[in-house]
Amino acid sequence: MTLDQLKPGQAGVIATVGGEGALRRRLLDMGLTPNTKVLVRKVAPMGDPMELFLRGYVLTLRSEDAAKIGLKEE
Amino acid sequence: MGLLIALAGNQNCGKTTLFNCLTGSNQHVGNFPGVTVERKEGRILGHKDVSLVDLPGIYSLSPYTAEEVVTRDMLVHDHPDAILNIVDGTNLERNLYLTLQMMELRVPMVVALNMMDEVAASGNVIHVEKLSEHLGIPVIPIAASKGEGVSDLLQAVLDVAQNHRIPEKLDFCTGEVHRAIHSIAHLVEDQAESAGYPARFAATKLVEGDDPMTKALQITEGQQHILDHIVQEMEEAVGMDREAALADMRYQYIERVCKDCVVKHQETREQVRSEKIDRILTHKIWGIPIFLGIMLVIFWLTFSVIGGPLQGLLEEGIGWLTDQLSNLLIQANISPWLHSLLIDGVCAGVGSVLSFLPLIVLLFFFLSLLEDSGYMARVAFVMDKLLRKIGLSGRSFVPMLIGFGCSVPAIMAARTLSSDRDRKMTIILTPFMSCSAKLPIYGMITAAFFPHQGALVMISLYLLGVLVAVLSGLLLKNTLFKGNSVPFVLELPAYRLPAPRSVLLHMWEKAKDFIHRAFTIIFVASLVIWFLQSFNWQLNLVADSSESILASIGSVIAPLFAPLGFGDWRASTALITGLSAKETVVSTLTVLTGAGSDLQLSSILQTMFTPLSALSFLVFTVLYMPCVAAFAATRREMGSMKSALATALYQTTAAYLVALVIYQVGSLFF
Repeated sequence: MTLDQLKPGQAGVIATVGGEGALRRRLLDMGLTPNTKVLVRKVAPMGDPMELFLRGYVLTLRSEDAAKIGLKEE
Repeated sequence: MGLLIALAGNQNCGKTTLFNCLTGSNQHVGNFPGVTVERKEGRILGHKDVSLVDLPGIYSLSPYTAEEVVTRDMLVHDHPDAILNIVDGTNLERNLYLTLQMMELRVPMVVALNMMDEVAASGNVIHVEKLSEHLGIPVIPIAASKGEGVSDLLQAVLDVAQNHRIPEKLDFCTGEVHRAIHSIAHLVEDQAESAGYPARFAATKLVEGDDPMTKALQITEGQQHILDHIVQEMEEAVGMDREAALADMRYQYIERVCKDCVVKHQETREQVRSEKIDRILTHKIWGIPIFLGIMLVIFWLTFSVIGGPLQGLLEEGIGWLTDQLSNLLIQANISPWLHSLLIDGVCAGVGSVLSFLPLIVLLFFFLSLLEDSGYMARVAFVMDKLLRKIGLSGRSFVPMLIGFGCSVPAIMAARTLSSDRDRKMTIILTPFMSCSAKLPIYGMITAAFFPHQGALVMISLYLLGVLVAVLSGLLLKNTLFKGNSVPFVLELPAYRLPAPRSVLLHMWEKAKDFIHRAFTIIFVASLVIWFLQSFNWQLNLVADSSESILASIGSVIAPLFAPLGFGDWRASTALITGLSAKETVVSTLTVLTGAGSDLQLSSILQTMFTPLSALSFLVFTVLYMPCVAAFAATRREMGSMKSALATALYQTTAAYLVALVIYQVGSLFF
């Protein structure tokens, strides 16, 4: 399961961070590292990007990029 | 010897507020060499020999964005005496990530723990001394917006700088990652030293696979081989690739520190409040209408309620001054050409541009409110999807929207964009948004040719501008600005009341910038146009501008516009004078046609244009290069005359082609 599949209100724990280059590094730098808990707060009016809550702050991310973040199976 | 302090930190952590607090209004804004990243420097109040450089707001020292590279270079090669690292206390985990990276630079460092008032108000506690112990550097709690703790902070910074106290601690890691960093540090020690990098910092970057560092240290093939081997072993041992391993190592350390130092009972009041505000402002249905409503109110206040009348007053004032000066000059019996130079050239040219000052200052006032309150990030969130297809992000939406008012502040506003690429693309596309100064031209032409379809024509022109911007975006995305777009991974900061001081300083800065340009490049351009308009080739003052140099240039280039349907020299001349300010097209056409009234102008225009060629003329006006003031802003924000000229050339070519297609295709039907 990947992060983009979570619905608003759902949370998950990161297993893997994909992507490459600047994007991947940015995701990691912003704290989206393995074992981090992420809550999806909402999606933007046009359905994308999504609003996340992690490490005590709010981050927005496009769904196509969130699809590169794998979550741990419950 | 004076001291140099570098102020570094994440975005939205109160860095600018602290900078203003420490330096007062005594600051100088420029660019870092070679890039269009803003470099602000100021002298610290009460310490004239200490200068403070405000580095761009960044989250990491990765090699991927101009901002991060500039910061790295500055911290390593400019040898600051200390780093003042400002950290948001309400968001400690993510903020400390940059702190850990900077601690490897072997530069004396102090952490300013900001927003401590908010932390305390919500009943949370950060054990400052413990945190300082863990990090091995002084940590000073402050509330920059209230000025609390700032003098203690300054003392601490001066102390570490003067006594050259380098961070004691280096190791945040154990096990495999630690081993890898150490082995590589040994391996490249000498090269790092001769390249001016601390070995430890260089080693960490090499473990991360940092290309610029590999190049800077001139890593040999043999070394690269060993390096890859060490990294591979580490990756296998920790079960993660190199980049993830290091990010994970830092965050794990930070989590341990925070667990020990932070007692967090609840979200801060500001965070709770933000969530509530966002329930309305980024609402699924109401989010977009509210945003458009806010922008409408801003435009209404700027152009109708405050700015418009102020502009009128300023115009009257300048007019009155010009008249006084004119009378004085006449009494002094000064020669007519000098009179014309001062009155028609200088006063008229600079005056007409200066009358835009109220609009620009007001737009910047509102822009800073949007930015400093945290709403701008929400606009990016709400509008991102719309701009993504043309290779931009939601961040560019507001500058482009401001373009419908005036291109000058719109281009200047692009500076807040966090990526060089997005900034340049936004600057190129923004002038396609039809600015308010073009309205009189639309009014003139529609009155003469489309009296009953005026609204329809105008809306079409606006939409055409947007369409050309979209197509240009697609073109640029796939050619000049291929790849390398900065990822849209954006923090949505808590809403905060903007600090009046920051807003005022920001306005003042922009106003100063604009006035400076009005008296330099715009001044010169006005003089050139005045000269061309007032003299003939024998350098005699002409009574009738149809005999001027400008008119003859207009005649020479007029055939160029024949395929567009308006080969009349008066039209091309008006387009040239339109460069000083777009509404001048109307006055030039009025003068050149000798029309005594609007009605007369209409009937003369009807002999110059057919409805189709009038439309083609309008299309060209919408799209061709913006006025001198906007061109000057482009030059300034792009950081090079060459890029600005290329931009203008692109815009004019686009205008030519679109008008050509419309006229030629239209001719087949009408």
